[in-house]
Amino acid sequence: MTPWTISIAAAIASLILLLVVFELIRSRRLRERYALLWLLTGLVLLVLSLWRGGLNTMADWAGVETYPPAVLFAVGTLFILAVLLHYSTVISKLSDQNSILAQRLALLEQQLEEGAPSRPAGTSRRRGEV
Amino acid sequence: MADLRELRRVAIVPAYNEEECIAGVVDELRAFDDGLAIVVVDDGSSDRTADVARARGAVVLRLPYNLGIGGCVQTGFRYADERGYDVAVRVDGDGQHDASQLGAVLAPVLAGEADICVGSRYHERSGYQSSVTRRLGIRILAATVSALTRQRLTDPTSGFQALNGKAIRLFAADYPHDYPEVEALVLLIRHKLRVQEVSVEMRPRAGGRSSIRNFGSVYYMVKVLLALFVGSFRRDIVPLEDR
Repeated sequence: MTPWTISIAAAIASLILLLVVFELIRSRRLRERYALLWLLTGLVLLVLSLWRGGLNTMADWAGVETYPPAVLFAVGTLFILAVLLHYSTVISKLSDQNSILAQRLALLEQQLEEGAPSRPAGTSRRRGEV
Repeated sequence: MADLRELRRVAIVPAYNEEECIAGVVDELRAFDDGLAIVVVDDGSSDRTADVARARGAVVLRLPYNLGIGGCVQTGFRYADERGYDVAVRVDGDGQHDASQLGAVLAPVLAGEADICVGSRYHERSGYQSSVTRRLGIRILAATVSALTRQRLTDPTSGFQALNGKAIRLFAADYPHDYPEVEALVLLIRHKLRVQEVSVEMRPRAGGRSSIRNFGSVYYMVKVLLALFVGSFRRDIVPLEDR
């Protein structure tokens, strides 16, 4: 059975995580859409640390016999992986957007120096049109 | 009561791939008031929305990529703020908002009774009411927002709005990007701006695809309610540039 000390420590750590994330959202330094996975992580870990019976059951399923808290670490690690992967996609999108901005900026500066082209920047074309 | 004709006024028209509807929206706005500056904010459309709007004589702000409705509309507010407009209205580029009803939406703002007036589909029941799941979602949101703001708000997702200079300045500095209309209401009231609703009828989309936000989705509701919950703890605005 999981030692009480671990349950309490894990619960406190999860609570601190949830509070920190909440405050980051509140102060606008973290957007809700990127915080959701963190909140889910914090919640799941909190539940697992307090619900000792559940943690034990999961340990049995996973074939972990001697040390149920290993499940806590495993779950925590999996969630962190998911968060990292999610953030990688976010960074990819930001990079793409960054490139677009850089390109438009270069074109704009040239326009400012030499005057506007006959076709305004960013004007769309139908696919296939030249 | 301020006379509309004496005020500098602008219509902010967010549009994403609305090449079919946008000309109609611009024309309707001009028919409502020919002194109204019309600003179409093209949210990175891949079609000819910007060209069509430009050809119709609207000012077009073309975003280099899709920001979503919040970022798109905020661009319009920044434009309005920079150029010192006294009054702004928002009319969506998908044709759901009927420009001829703007008079009702503008009235409380012009009378100085509200800093922002929202046209609500559910103030009294009439016209296009949208699907059952969306309505349920909107009802839940309306109840939540009403509780948070201590005011009866029936259509917190409506973008059909009129704003005065004070509201324009607030939104230019700080406008929620994720669940704009809903969070904006809470933001407004936090800043002691006055909100009123009037009854309007909206039309179903005239053409094209529906906007992504699905008020019937549980996932969406969880996200919005979370945002509202956290938002209710905020005190001051933090302009985008200062975060």
